[in-house]
Amino acid sequence: MTNNLCYCLAVEKLLQLEIPERAQWVRVLLNELTRLNSHLIWLGTHAMDIGALTVFLYTFREREDILRIFEQISGQRMMTSYFRVGGLALDLPLGLFDTVQSFIKVLPEKIDEYENLLTGNPIFMNRLKNVGTLSAADAIAFGVTGPPLRASGIDWDLRRDMPYSSYEKFKFEVPISSDGDVWARYVVRLREMRESVKICQQALDGMPEGPIKADAPHVVLPDREKMKTQMEALIYHFKIVTEGFQVPAGEVYQAVESPRGEMGYYVVSDGTAKPWRVHMRNPSFATLQALETMCVGRLIADVVAVIGSIDIVLGEIDR
Amino acid sequence: MGEALLNKEAVYAGLAQNVAIQALCAAHPDAVTNAKFDHGELTLVIAPDAIRGVCRTLQRTGYNFLEDVTCVDWYPGEPRFQVTYHILSHQLKERIRLQAMVASIDPSVDSIVPVWPSANFYEREVWDLFGVRFNGHPGLRRIMLPEEWDGHPLRKDYPVEGYR
Repeated sequence: MTNNLCYCLAVEKLLQLEIPERAQWVRVLLNELTRLNSHLIWLGTHAMDIGALTVFLYTFREREDILRIFEQISGQRMMTSYFRVGGLALDLPLGLFDTVQSFIKVLPEKIDEYENLLTGNPIFMNRLKNVGTLSAADAIAFGVTGPPLRASGIDWDLRRDMPYSSYEKFKFEVPISSDGDVWARYVVRLREMRESVKICQQALDGMPEGPIKADAPHVVLPDREKMKTQMEALIYHFKIVTEGFQVPAGEVYQAVESPRGEMGYYVVSDGTAKPWRVHMRNPSFATLQALETMCVGRLIADVVAVIGSIDIVLGEIDR
Repeated sequence: MGEALLNKEAVYAGLAQNVAIQALCAAHPDAVTNAKFDHGELTLVIAPDAIRGVCRTLQRTGYNFLEDVTCVDWYPGEPRFQVTYHILSHQLKERIRLQAMVASIDPSVDSIVPVWPSANFYEREVWDLFGVRFNGHPGLRRIMLPEEWDGHPLRKDYPVEGYR
């Protein structure tokens, strides 16, 4: 959902589209669910790498709930595509808010459960504390973003500092830690999950009513009903489906805070319906450069802990 | 977002308070060849041989974080390659885009790895996919494709199915 959002935001910036409030809030809600989903996988696999197998089974149980929510919304469990340039593909299915509500109501207890298994566990702590230390200066020099950057003591979160998609209307804290080791990244991510739950709750409580697509017939597909009854809607539908929509020439860079750090889309348009160049700035690609610095002078076994702590996704690196 | 400012004079007049522009005017008066402010984003076109000095000046001014280095191929236009840098300031909460236009024959530009080590992978990526050489890079090898690959696939004149 984060990639989906970032590309839509970039193209919308080029088109200078106003996105309805409801669509923006749904985007925030789904992005925070994506963050929870990503952090759950990270926690399970990271702990499994260290040797704590049990947590993996627990986090994948909760992850399944999120994937079911995604499936209800977009028809896909993973690689979802639900945001469109100009808004959302469809309105949310009926009863979805209840499903999300019951999920985020129990999640904080589940996070306590994970913490019971890990946070006080002496083996886990020994493997994580003072391992893979990264100073704030090195983190900036190597382009590290997201939770590892905040675990090195830099107070920077794009959601708060350069808000997009109405994140400025949500109240949340940005957890930071100054230790810079693998343990600090663990603590920061767990606290981030609790903050994400708060954001989801605010999104559910304050979800505005209204349209889910921008009023831009040349970009947004018309409703099926209108398409069957109105000539203009039919023409627009035909044109968008066969030719796409034209985007004014120009270039934009749009960055969002993905679960792993800064994800940026640099989109260059030459005025036609196809982009001239799209470049993705992925967090893992940059963060991997700091791996060597974090591992120097340590044991090979610690490399496993360090790689887990940067929540690496190889699809972002070997594209 | 503000009005779009589309040439150097307009940007310099409209954004006279911008610390990046002030610092660059003082340190490298000839380096900036063009400028643009559009969609709320500031773009400066830098003479390719001045890029490392400009980056150093920006780093001292508070633009502390290199986000991205990439390239755009404007084939068949000339100068063909536009090496693009996105630099962020955590303090000012502002982003600046630098562009260095590089000609198509033996394209090369100074590496900025001495300024920001994070440019390492990005410059290797640009070399791999566009064939723009970075002078002074510590290990300019392909990063995505195998070493023996023929050509640079994101060039616009690269055949869609590759060389056979």
